[in-house]
Amino acid sequence: MLQRLREDKSLQGLLLIAPTLLWMIVLLIIPLILTLVVSFGRRSPEGEVIFTFTLDNYIRLLGLQPDCLNPFACFDPLYVSILFRSLSLAFNTTVIVILLAYPLAYFIARAPRKQRNTFLFLVLVPLWTNFVIRVYAWMMLLRTQGAINGVLGWLASLFGIPFTPLEMLYTPGAVLTGMVYEFLPFMILPIYTSLEKIDPALYEAAADLGANALKTFWRITLPLSMPGVVAGTILVFIPVMGTFVVSDLLGGKQVILVGNLIQRQFLDARDPTFGSAASLVLMVMTLIVTLFYTRKFGFGKELVVG
Amino acid sequence: MNPHRRSPFVIVMTALVFFFLYAPIFVLMLYSFNTSRTNVTFEGFITAFGPLQMQGSLVVQSPCGPFHWFCDLTRNQEVMTAARNTLTIAFVSTIVSTIIGTMAAIALQRHDFKIKPFAQLSLYIPIIIPEIVMGIGILTLFSQVFTWVNTAFNLPPDLRLTLGMGTVIVSHIAFSVPFVTLVVQARLQGFDKSYEEAAMDLGANELVTFWRVTLPMLLPGVLSGALLAFTLSLDDFVITFFTTGPGATTLPIYVYGLLRRIITPQVNALSTVWILIVLAAVFLLQRMENRETA
Repeated sequence: MLQRLREDKSLQGLLLIAPTLLWMIVLLIIPLILTLVVSFGRRSPEGEVIFTFTLDNYIRLLGLQPDCLNPFACFDPLYVSILFRSLSLAFNTTVIVILLAYPLAYFIARAPRKQRNTFLFLVLVPLWTNFVIRVYAWMMLLRTQGAINGVLGWLASLFGIPFTPLEMLYTPGAVLTGMVYEFLPFMILPIYTSLEKIDPALYEAAADLGANALKTFWRITLPLSMPGVVAGTILVFIPVMGTFVVSDLLGGKQVILVGNLIQRQFLDARDPTFGSAASLVLMVMTLIVTLFYTRKFGFGKELVVG
Repeated sequence: MNPHRRSPFVIVMTALVFFFLYAPIFVLMLYSFNTSRTNVTFEGFITAFGPLQMQGSLVVQSPCGPFHWFCDLTRNQEVMTAARNTLTIAFVSTIVSTIIGTMAAIALQRHDFKIKPFAQLSLYIPIIIPEIVMGIGILTLFSQVFTWVNTAFNLPPDLRLTLGMGTVIVSHIAFSVPFVTLVVQARLQGFDKSYEEAAMDLGANELVTFWRVTLPMLLPGVLSGALLAFTLSLDDFVITFFTTGPGATTLPIYVYGLLRRIITPQVNALSTVWILIVLAAVFLLQRMENRETA
């Protein structure tokens, strides 16, 4: 037996991967299958899952009622609009984050080697600071009596302008700001990594061939940094689609996203079957966007940031 | 052409983005010294040392002076318990996920077996699936299995399976392992096999070669994988939120619970301590990395 183990490389491999594979199967794959099964079930009056096969949950998500499928008569856009809102928020967040992260990543990549570490340090600290704490910081800033209104009021008083505090917390803008803030570092690091890899000789060659700074950026820097942008987009888009903390604390009841919908089904409303259907729709939506995106721009190898 | 040349646009944008990243953190830390208990506006620092003295909602004097809320924090039993839970979960899940994740990385990089493509693919699941989907999936699994076991064996109340530290740890291992494996695998990819071959030529058997040559060379990768697992666990909110139960509150869960009810400068003090720890950790880590590459 021991002899066989020593010789059989494939058996060794299986034994080495067995614990990890077990974990992946029991805690990732089986839960996903279970979620699928539950989404076809029905909720008992006590909030328990009754395992049957019905498409009711999906029909409800589409805004229809199981016994009335005529979209003109009984269409309720509530859930469809929540899905659409999450999708557009994730899209907007990603675009803004790319626009903010790129110049900063470029700045660090072009900095002298010794300074780079200092700037990277400054990017890593917010990244490692707890997610919930960073949302809390924005609650303090955006409140009606919060820091931003305080500064604005002080500025207004300097110029003698009358000032009424702005209502910023619990608005869609607050959620967007919070999302951008939370996920910005996830975009900076992969873009920096791919920018840093570019061979400086390419810039010299471009300059020798008469390209100006803008043309060099457009024809060399940007294309070569695309893997970083793609990786960053995946790292930002997917979590924004599923997050419920930011919208919960900064959006209140005003901004409900798929994440909030799912969370409430599992905790407050107690309909796990509907929550499961919603989370599968969320998963399929993110997978479609990710696949489409990676097909178009190639798969980002910088996906794992340390 | 100067390789360090950056246009004024890039410099201004960088300054603005850094301001955007740090202004909220600065304000958060400032408010942890607030004299105002209600913490709505910043009313100034607590300047006097001495027995605790309040004036309405303002703290006029405290034994700890400006650090009143930090002292207050250490007396908060809930915070201390939550901190202990958070660290216990992080330590246990890091140790387990580092060991099995490293094993998996070696298997994937050095061995050929039938289900290898499937195994490799399964590691990408936590990266491409929103955390909440994973969280509710695991919650559903636990609650179904636990209900089934509890009724099937008709367990007495104190022996019933419930959500708690155990379920949180097991779930944290699930999302940490893929990251450990991918980091160690990346390290193995750029590996010079000639050292191991040399050891074998000199008569070392496979076990000795692994122990004396492979593992030491792999160690930096294993350590950074472990560190990643540790921070992921410390920081996790979503998975913990769905898999935690009575007696297993972690710091992020505790803070979230507070934010929905009442906010005192104590939360800011807790955040300040947390940020300072992160600051020190990132600093040390960079030092270590620099030494390695130098």
